[in-house]
This record gives sequence, C-alpha cells and structure tokens, in this order.
Amino acid sequence: MFDDLRDLYQEVILDHGRKPRNFRRLEDADRTARGDNPMCGDRMELFLKLRPDGAIEDVAFQGRGCAISMASASLMTETVKGKSPAEAHILGDRFRNLAMTGACPDCGASLEEEMERLQPLSGVHEFPSRVKCATLAWHTLNAALDGSGKEATSE
Amino acid sequence: MNAPVQPGFDVERIRADFPVLAQQHRGRPLVFLDSGASAQKPRQVIQAMVRSMEERYANVHRGAYRLSEAATADYEAARAAVARFINAADPREVIFTTNSTAAINLVAHSWGRGVMQPGQAVLVSEMEHHANLVPWHMLRDDNRGIELRICRVTDAGELDLEDFEAKLADGKVGLVAVTHMSNVLGTVTPAERIVAMAHARGAKVLLDGSQAAVHRRVDMQALGADFYAFTGHKLYGPTGIGVLWARLEHQERMPPFLGGGDMIASVTLEGSTWAEPPAKFEAGTPPIVEAVGLHAAIDYVSAIGMPALEAHEHTLVDHAMRRLSDVAGLTLLGRAQDRGGVFSFALDNAHPHDLATLLDRAGIAVRAGRHCAEPLHARFGLEGGTCRASFGLYTTLGEIDYLAEALTKAREFFS
Ligand SMILES: Cc1ncc(COP(=O)(O)O)c(C=O)c1O
Repeated sequence: MFDDLRDLYQEVILDHGRKPRNFRRLEDADRTARGDNPMCGDRMELFLKLRPDGAIEDVAFQGRGCAISMASASLMTETVKGKSPAEAHILGDRFRNLAMTGACPDCGASLEEEMERLQPLSGVHEFPSRVKCATLAWHTLNAALDGSGKEATSE
Repeated sequence: MNAPVQPGFDVERIRADFPVLAQQHRGRPLVFLDSGASAQKPRQVIQAMVRSMEERYANVHRGAYRLSEAATADYEAARAAVARFINAADPREVIFTTNSTAAINLVAHSWGRGVMQPGQAVLVSEMEHHANLVPWHMLRDDNRGIELRICRVTDAGELDLEDFEAKLADGKVGLVAVTHMSNVLGTVTPAERIVAMAHARGAKVLLDGSQAAVHRRVDMQALGADFYAFTGHKLYGPTGIGVLWARLEHQERMPPFLGGGDMIASVTLEGSTWAEPPAKFEAGTPPIVEAVGLHAAIDYVSAIGMPALEAHEHTLVDHAMRRLSDVAGLTLLGRAQDRGGVFSFALDNAHPHDLATLLDRAGIAVRAGRHCAEPLHARFGLEGGTCRASFGLYTTLGEIDYLAEALTKAREFFS
C-alpha cells in the first residue's frame, strides 16, 4: 500500500527519526534558538558552541516532531559541525532549495559531500505540506547563528 | 461492501450527489474522512448557488426592483428554513454570520461586553475548539472584571458534571459557553442538563453546535438554551455563512457588534425594520448566495431526514469503534457514552503527520495536528497532536474498513 513512500521515508530517515543524533542539551552553549511549527506542533531547541573563529564547534538539539523534522535536525547537526557560519548559511540555502524542488543545481560547486548527506530528504519536495517539517531545523540554525533570539518558524 | 444501513437510506445514491467523491486519487477512489473540518457539497447546493447568481442575484433589503426583491425573498426564506431546521420559535431568532467563530465572537462582544457585569464569570470547558475559547480569553483580558472558569473533562472525554456544578455554585457565572459536540473526542455533551444546571444558578447558556448540528436533530425549543452557534460549511453548505440563534429578548438587550451604514433605517422602503433584531446584528451586505446555499443544504439533509442520518452515523460509529479498537498500537482519544462520528487517534510508532502522509498516499484524507484544540491535547498528554477521521453522511462502512487496514499497514511500515 505504501511502497512508493520509501522514497520519502528512506531507511536513513526512519533511523535518524527514531534515534536522532546530537539529541541533547549543550549546557555551555554560546547560542540557542527555538523553532516552532505552530500548525503541526513541531518544536525544537537548538544549541551551538562556537570556536573563537566563529566556526561551529558543537551543535545539539532537543524537541519533538515528526520523523521528517527529527531526521532533518539530526542530519543537520551532523552536517554543520565544524563549519563556518558562512558555510552553514550556504548549506541551509541549498537545502531549502533541495527540499522545495528536489534538485540542487549549485551542489557540485562546493560542499558536495555535505549535500550528499542531506540528499535523502529531497523526497519531501513532492509533499508540499511536509516541506516545512524538513526546513524547520535550518530556519532554527539561522536564528541561532544570527543570534536574533527570535523564535524561528518555517511557516 | 456498502449494505444499506436502513430502509430508505442508500449511501451510494447519496454519494452520487457529491461530485467530488467521483474523484480518483492516485488511481484510487477518494476516501474523504475530514468532514468534521469541512464537509463536501452536494450538487443540489452547488446548483442552487449557481441559479441564485445566474437568475436571482442582487443586493438584498434595498432595491425596490424585481431582482432585489427576489434575492431578499431568497435570503429571508433561508432564515425561515434555518428556523424550521432547528425548531426556533421565531425566524427573527436566527442571525446570519460568516461562520461559527463570528457567531461566538458576536456573543462575546454584544453579550459579554454589552450586558455582562464586572464580577461575573464565563464558564467554558477543556474540550472547546479555539473558536469558543479565545474570544473568552479576550473578554477576560479586557479589564472588565470578568473571570474565566474552565470545567474539566473526564478521562473518558466527557464533561465532568461535578466540576461543572462546583464552578457554577457561587452564582457568579453569567454565561456558560460549551460545545454541544467535541470536534476532537466526538463527545456529545448533555445539553439539556447543562442548560438546566446553568439556569438553576442564574447563568445563560451558549452552545457551540458547529459539530452537533450536523450530526443530530437540534431543537431550540426543547434545548432551552440562550444562544446556539453553527456553521454552514460543515453542514454540506458553503463557506462564508454561519448562524447564531439567540432569543429575541436577549437580542433586544444586546448592543450591535459591527457598525455600518446598513444598520440604520434610512436607505430603503424596508429600512425601518433594520434596526430591529436580527438586522441589527447583520451590518453590511450579508452572505446572500451563501444563505441560498445553506438553505439548499438544509433542504438536502431534511429530505433524507435527520433521524436517518443519525441512524447511519450510529452504524458508522459502532463499526469504527470496533475496527479501530482492533488496530494494534492505536490509541483512541475519548470513550464517551454518547458520541458522534469523529475519531482522533495516535499510533504508537508514528507521528500524526507522518501517518497522515501515509494515509494520503492511500487516498484517505484525514486531518493531522491538534484540530484547534491545543488545551485538550495537552489534557490527554498528546502535545504532538493526533490524526482525526470524521464522517459525513456519504461515509461508508467500507471506507472505515479501508482506514483500519491502512492504519495496520502504516504501523508495519514504520516498524
Ligand atoms: C466545535 C467547533 N467549534 C467551532 C468551529 C469553528 O467553525 P468555523 O471555522 O466555521 O467558524 C469548529 C470548526 O472548525 C468546530 O469544530
């Protein structure tokens, strides 16, 4: 009945959804931000520890949500660890593009491996009501990096 | 698969009246289980609205020309049809609004701010739709000295009548505003008892009938409430029209909610009656075509007969209760004795949004989230929300079987 949904719910996603990586608080975080999808009840809190040069030394999150939003947050934390804020922004822009269109024309330019890691989530573009589940973590990351302190939503 | 549930009620014939149900969804027939959010429309409603616009449309109550008179007659005929449908004593008790939300806000404004006194309280319940909660938050926070009390819901999902009585006991409650049927739990509340208990303590009663009016015959004279709100689009009618039933003596005491030039008696021949109830609460050009559509919807369900609809729904509810209780890992929210065709559920290994995506793939439309009832989900420890299947008069036993089967397969998918 649901076999064709394996494109969306790939094994990686189910695995990260069930056992999200970096799912904890960072007590010594330099930056935190909250993300909220009021329509779905998805919620997360993101923690960043920055190196003196501004790069992301450690990143973790807590929260609740669907498999897509949990897996996306989990994969994001794995992907941005060690990256500079500029790189993280580039990844976020490309990821949003990937989630909305299923394609990533600029992906070959740089950060190829990182985008490869996020590829399993590209299936959401066929599910317009679910795109915001996948992008919530990245909106929250932007809010944390910008230190705006505002609550992020992906509405 | 679709045995007639009772003589004279032929669900397949009814389904043929609803053009959208002929749609295929990824090669499968659409299984529409979101009627509680908004129901589909029968051809009779669609055609009545088309005819209104093609043949009988003009603004109402203002032109002394044939078309306007025809439109006015249609609009007022709709009011009379609503009055008959809910057995109101007088059509003037029927105020047209844009939806239930507007009807409840009208009471919160015109009764809450215009008639209630400092020191009085409004009593709502934990199972209210946000439409019957937020307007009362706003009233409480308006520095008028009006308190908001909240009646608990039992674990079975019923109104806790002991708590209800306790919260009425000091006589300060001026208005009880509770749902007649929960849009999450399916619970039908004991409206007559609520009214008797409230009136005994000097409180008026507003019932939110958004769900109940679709599933039950509601009788204003038997219920004895003071205000009753419902919305056209859930009753197989169009969006953009709702009803507030309000006793005339209350309407007399209430100041208008919205102001507008149309409220004063100066524009047309008929204008002198405008300041009288219910025109005083219908400022501006009303939903004319929508009123015609609502009238057609009422004629449609009345021709089938509310008792037949109720019987069909009972069969669906009993069947769904059995079939859904058998799905491993599924938690059903609410086990009220008296309930209608609304089932909210959570699967132990899938988030409601993931589940809804799977069901959608199977051609089943359900709603996922908290269904405008966040406090109720918090009450049952389900902050992440639920999926909700809600039935209409076109829902079949076969569709419920298919839902149960899909839920079982969804659980396997995520295991
Ligand atoms: C119990 C209940 N009350 C109020 C409403 C609000 O109806 P509307 O959105 O038409 O104003 C709904 C429907 O969403 C409902 O189910």
